[in-house]
Amino acid sequence: MAKQRIKFTFPQELITTPVIYELGIRFSVVTNVRRADVREGVGWVILEIEGDESQIQNGLDWVTEMGVRVDSVGGDIVEG
Amino acid sequence: MFCRECGREYPAEAINACDFCFGPLEVIYDYDSIKKIISRDRIASGPNSIWRYHDLLPADIENAVDINAGMTPLIRSHNFAKSLGLENLYFKNDSVNPSFSFKDRVVAVASTKALEFGFDTLACASTGNLAGSVAAHAARAGMRSFVFIPADLEPGKILGSAVYGPNIMAVDGSYDDVNRLCSEIADNYPWAFVNINMRPYYAEGSKTLGFEVAEQLGWKAPDNCIVPVASGALLTKIWKGLNELASLGLIDPVKTKMFAAQAEGCSPVVTAFDANSFNVRPVKPNTIAKSLAIGNPADGYYALRTIEESIGGAWAVREDEVADGIKELAEKEGIFTEPAGGVVIGALKHLVETGQIKPSETTVAYITGNGYKTQEVVQDIVRPNLIKPTMSSFESSMKL
Repeated sequence: MAKQRIKFTFPQELITTPVIYELGIRFSVVTNVRRADVREGVGWVILEIEGDESQIQNGLDWVTEMGVRVDSVGGDIVEG
Repeated sequence: MFCRECGREYPAEAINACDFCFGPLEVIYDYDSIKKIISRDRIASGPNSIWRYHDLLPADIENAVDINAGMTPLIRSHNFAKSLGLENLYFKNDSVNPSFSFKDRVVAVASTKALEFGFDTLACASTGNLAGSVAAHAARAGMRSFVFIPADLEPGKILGSAVYGPNIMAVDGSYDDVNRLCSEIADNYPWAFVNINMRPYYAEGSKTLGFEVAEQLGWKAPDNCIVPVASGALLTKIWKGLNELASLGLIDPVKTKMFAAQAEGCSPVVTAFDANSFNVRPVKPNTIAKSLAIGNPADGYYALRTIEESIGGAWAVREDEVADGIKELAEKEGIFTEPAGGVVIGALKHLVETGQIKPSETTVAYITGNGYKTQEVVQDIVRPNLIKPTMSSFESSMKL
């Protein structure tokens, strides 16, 4: 079992779409929201995702395809 | 340490995120104890490096990994100031640090702390300045080092780091892939990743850019600081450093305005500022200012808070202004900087033109990296006058 700490940033058109619920159902991963700020125009959610490593990756790819920005919680690591 | 989001406290270990809310951790200082021992004289009598401020750094000076980072020149501008109508303009020239960028400050602290924690390996993911600094400090400390780069990075970019003998891991993937892999490695290997598990200590090194400027100005904070923004940490830490000095009675209360400078091709902090929002939307970087190309800045939110608290501002310069800024700084002040410095120059000019910086105010523009590392950006300036080996040809060419 693997865990990843991820930040989802939602565009306005996906604010009311239950992306996290669908992620859990489709890819059999456990999602655990730790912080969030969801408003009318934009929203972000910080969560931990636990499950099979490949399923987590497939799930994150699906979330990205949906139009949600997926980033690691700590921000970009590659520096100049 | 404590969590900047929920306030939970943690022991001083190689961790960077809160277990509860995943917020970033920050070092806690016993300021009451520090106040009893710190003084201007104590600092001034310290080494001519960042370690003169060791009372306010989270690592022990006794076994510091010291390649003499810091105490870089604060240069009073003449020609540039005159061209902008400014009376008190300074350039903090961090391009002359040992590995030629301000990264030497943060890596000095991170590597020293890593040794204290018993690590034998230093690591980072970097396309430039950070790689060089990590490799240099690891060499000095006798540590093994790993530098992770995207595989399509030009070899010349990494030469300045490779010379120190690190293990260079070229990842055949995107920047996102490198980010993800390094997070995973940091979780699974007992290595000191300077800007991952060592980040709370690493970031504190940037405070020395506030400390030094205040000391070099005669123990006073400037009215304006113009800071290039990548992750946002540098801007927040300069502000923190100035305020620490004030809280310890070493300088007067701080009224400095903090200004963030980014390039348009990667300006998530400026975009949020312009939208009057604290919500930084990540972007895909597309900028000539590679050292500022962080699309998802870890400290973006905190940089915006600092700008608000200091009543400062933010500006994104056009991509075509970056090289112009490099050239203008070199031609007017004899300082050859890399694109981040060109971004700062572009922002400085805008802030003056829009009246956000007043002529009589003391303004410090931070020059964080050296132009010799990014020569290709200004390659077009090489236009020699071809002459025959005769005086007449020379004089004709010069129109004497």
